[in-house]
Amino acid sequence: MFRFQVETTVGDLELGVELSVSEGPLILAGPNGSGKTSLLLLLLGLMRPERGHIAIGEQVLFDSSSGIDLSPEERSLGYVPQEYALFPHLNVFENVAFGLRSPATRLGRTERVRRVESLLGEMEIGPLARRLPRLLSGGEKQRVALARALAPRPRALLLDEPLAALDVGARRQVRAFLATYLAGLQLPAIVVTHDAADAVALGRQVAILERGQVVQRGTYAQIQAQPRTPFVAEFVSAG
Amino acid sequence: MKLPFANRPRNLGWYIGTRLPAALLLAFILIPIAALIFGISVSGFFAGLRHPLVGPALQLSLSTTLTSLTIIVLLGTPLGWLLSRPKGRFLHWAELAIQLPVVLPPAVAGVALLFAFGRRGLIGAWLDRIGIQIPFSTAAVVMAEVFVAAPFYIQGAVAAFERIDRNLIRVARTLGASPVRVFFRISLPLSAPGLVSGAALSWARALGEFGATLMFAGNLTGRTQTLPLAIYTAMESDLRAAQSLSIVLVSVAFALLWAVRGGAAQLLARDGGAMRDRAELPPAERA
Repeated sequence: MFRFQVETTVGDLELGVELSVSEGPLILAGPNGSGKTSLLLLLLGLMRPERGHIAIGEQVLFDSSSGIDLSPEERSLGYVPQEYALFPHLNVFENVAFGLRSPATRLGRTERVRRVESLLGEMEIGPLARRLPRLLSGGEKQRVALARALAPRPRALLLDEPLAALDVGARRQVRAFLATYLAGLQLPAIVVTHDAADAVALGRQVAILERGQVVQRGTYAQIQAQPRTPFVAEFVSAG
Repeated sequence: MKLPFANRPRNLGWYIGTRLPAALLLAFILIPIAALIFGISVSGFFAGLRHPLVGPALQLSLSTTLTSLTIIVLLGTPLGWLLSRPKGRFLHWAELAIQLPVVLPPAVAGVALLFAFGRRGLIGAWLDRIGIQIPFSTAAVVMAEVFVAAPFYIQGAVAAFERIDRNLIRVARTLGASPVRVFFRISLPLSAPGLVSGAALSWARALGEFGATLMFAGNLTGRTQTLPLAIYTAMESDLRAAQSLSIVLVSVAFALLWAVRGGAAQLLARDGGAMRDRAELPPAERA
């Protein structure tokens, strides 16, 4: 169980979010500038909230009242940013292996190779191991970014607009892959999107963020039945 | 002959008005360099290089510029990195101050260095008391070079670090990498082409350094007489030696310019990028 409650000011946005995520992805949707990406950065430790509490199971990652604030490298949260941000100078294998060399996950060479190869196999991108990111298609990049995030065995997974960088044809295919893959993963996950089709395909739970606040939460069917704001109504009508 | 319609200048006045000034300026810049290079025979060139001033100056220029470049890279890389990040008021001010030597007349730089490190200078007086005298030594040559050349490297480093996608740094942190590891595995390799071209520009500036060196380090053969100072000295006795040395400096400058204008970047990319990509594509895609 990934639970958090954070409050902070980002630019002119008052962000205040309290959510809990169990296994199976939570879809986080909302208009541009509603604070979705900022929320991910706060959870990852890349931005510091003014007040709040972030925990996975028993482990506290951040707590403003007791002064706990783990650095990003200590939080073991998997992150797939927008446009994937693959390391352009490292090939696919090296990208995925990057997180296996930190002190926390210190693996021997053989174990490291085995872990990367098994992930590449799972994602069906084994033959691309020696390729540089700029020679990959959007869908391939997406799989590499996911494999890289999962390699150090994170305790939760955060995906920021995982399908937005793809063209329409590839998007449908990758969405189907993500849906099966994430459903089989025993991890709390948050998927940020502005596309209702993603919400339908990927998530059991949907939370709608507007102007830094969660305005509605439930299953897709629930929010579709009773949209609480004009944005939610428009969002579900598109799905 | 009638020009084909598409190539006929529509407005002759405009055509001449732009081409003529451009050609004039281009010629003005190229003619002196051509005169320098073609105004000497091959045997004359090598005879000029045998002048007794040449050897020590060449050696001194190489050793001092390599020393100053090493200092600039070692100290300038962390500074450039700090300046590329979100910064407070002090670093904003520092970024401006660091660019000052670019616009400062070299003679002023020399005077300033004397006031700081001269025997009665701000720091020099204190150094003098413990028996260290900097002016008119080889160390002074290196200091003058660092002073005038460092901004070029720092500017290049700041620009190179700023170009790195911040998401790469963020992802690397979430993958368990400490800031140190992120710097050496991500920031440094990705900014390498920019750092190399900044270093080349900086080296060119150090190699050509004349005014500040003359004021602060003097013109002593074998100790402070670098190539530009040797050229200045040779002008009084042996014009051919001055010309030969100038040709050497022009060639080096041209090579550095090539490095700055992407030659270095291309080399780095070809080494680590393009060739490797091609080799790893399946044969069908390689064509």
